[in-house]
Amino acid sequence: MKKEPIIHVKNVSKSYPIAGKEFMALKQIDLSLNEGEFAGIVGPSGSGKTTLLNIIGSLDKPTQGDAFVLNKDIKALSHNEAASLRNYHIGFIFQVFNLLPVYTVFENVEFALLLQNNSAKERREAVMRALNWVGLTDHADKRPDKLSGGESQRVAIARAMVKAPKIVLADEPTANLDSENAHEILKTMKKLNQELGTTFLFSTHDEKVMGYLDRIIHLRDGKIEKDEKNKL
Amino acid sequence: MKLELKLAFRNLFGSRLRTLLNVLVLSFSFVIIILLNSIMDGWNQQAQKDSIEWEFGNGHLINEKFDPLDPYTILDGHDKMPEENIGLTPILERQASIYPQGRMMSVVLKGISSEQEILKLPTKILKESKEEFPVIIGKRLAESAKLNKGDRVQVRWRDSKGTYDANTLSITEVFDSNVPNIDNGKIWIDINKLWGMTNLENEASYFVVDDKFKNPELSSWNFKSQFALLKNLKDLINQKKTAQSIVYGLLLAIALLAIFDTQILSIFRRQKEIGTYIALGMTRLRVVRLFTIEGSVYSVLALIVGSIYGVPFFIYMSETGFPIPPADQKMGIALAEVIYPVYGLKLILMTVLTVIISATIVSYLPARKIAKLNPVLALKGKKQ
Repeated sequence: MKKEPIIHVKNVSKSYPIAGKEFMALKQIDLSLNEGEFAGIVGPSGSGKTTLLNIIGSLDKPTQGDAFVLNKDIKALSHNEAASLRNYHIGFIFQVFNLLPVYTVFENVEFALLLQNNSAKERREAVMRALNWVGLTDHADKRPDKLSGGESQRVAIARAMVKAPKIVLADEPTANLDSENAHEILKTMKKLNQELGTTFLFSTHDEKVMGYLDRIIHLRDGKIEKDEKNKL
Repeated sequence: MKLELKLAFRNLFGSRLRTLLNVLVLSFSFVIIILLNSIMDGWNQQAQKDSIEWEFGNGHLINEKFDPLDPYTILDGHDKMPEENIGLTPILERQASIYPQGRMMSVVLKGISSEQEILKLPTKILKESKEEFPVIIGKRLAESAKLNKGDRVQVRWRDSKGTYDANTLSITEVFDSNVPNIDNGKIWIDINKLWGMTNLENEASYFVVDDKFKNPELSSWNFKSQFALLKNLKDLINQKKTAQSIVYGLLLAIALLAIFDTQILSIFRRQKEIGTYIALGMTRLRVVRLFTIEGSVYSVLALIVGSIYGVPFFIYMSETGFPIPPADQKMGIALAEVIYPVYGLKLILMTVLTVIISATIVSYLPARKIAKLNPVLALKGKKQ
């Protein structure tokens, strides 16, 4: 039996008003991702990678076309339904980490679980497990300003993974990291993908990332130029 | 809501200095509002108590021709005491002049029974004195006329037929009362003596009534209850309270402005954080609620901080009181040299509610903007 794709984007376009003119960030994109894929959207700056990721992450809505994530129509979701989808099923990893500055590492990772009303014991176990995945159990009480870039991004991975989401969307996750840290981060994510079966979708133009991807979707000027299995 | 409250506390404790400054400013408002109001309430209570004890008793039964506020009615504003006079202490007023150090001063001779107990006036001295013309005066008249206990001074008055008469009176006591109305320009004398001096036997301008008085309908006498007599005083204090509320209103406005400012700044400065909250699955409504609660929590923390330094300060003030400068004591209303603040539960609850509600409102107003933020731009930290 053929499996339903976990992400299904059909003929999606997205335009923004910029300086009084409509700028087409995405042009009739068609894309499907199955569960457990480790894929990346690759392209130069301004090609529409982040816009596509934001639509899949239900942070934005397409101007035209349909985007289905876990069989939910992104366009039809209310604010609350979209929030619930993100809270339970989608983890985000950002280029600049976006850790909450006044929270400790533990509290940052715990945040998503607080929104799910899990018990304190469940939360503690899940957070420590997630910190263990990224090798940061010793840093649980530190604040983000006491962490290196690599450590901060690992906290962000733990925060994205702690709720065991179906999908993790990582927007240029290695852009602010040195080469060594970037490889560490990517290895961690690959391991989580293989062990937990979580679907990872990256946006990147970093060649280091491309080396780890199973599938590369090339985007240029808002259009998919090429969608291929990674041969690297 | 529980989560937002928890996060709000976490956020506020996380941003230490900003929170501390806001909380200190707001707690200062708390303490000042309670102190100013408690002083006014203390004054109100003290003034009412003094007025009742020294001037009003349980009320006044006033001759219909006599108006206590109009000196022109003194001459004719008197009548024979009613036959049924249980619970009535008669007071007869007559105009007179005294001549301290050769100066002429208009005064009112107030005749009162030397055996009365309804008012705190030390009238027993009038009975016990061996002097031919014993009188008692208050400290204000003593000061303005430069008279002391034991002094003698010429007094001139007119009897019921308008004939002038004069004598030398002896100041047998200078009493100290917070009620200027019974003091300024008033000389208290035994009513029997005054009846004899004026040929107005058994006549009174008004009566001070006690709890035995049954308030019968008496022709030519109007009854004014204690409540009615206190009305002017209460109105005056309420007026003062209103004027004073402008002061603490301003103070509160400054504190609330600090919170409002912090909220506005927060929403601009913490765009990325707001975007992150939304990306992590928090609904916009919950983010609005979180920011609103953060603002309200300032007031709760201010309440706690204010209590830490405010309670010992309030206790100290209730023991030492608030000294009133001599110039203020000449305002013409009952005002003690020291006012002891009264901290009522109503006052404290009202202040707490006012500050918490207003802090919540000023926190909510800027937080509403969050509901309209584009999370994609917020995540990038772009100002919207």
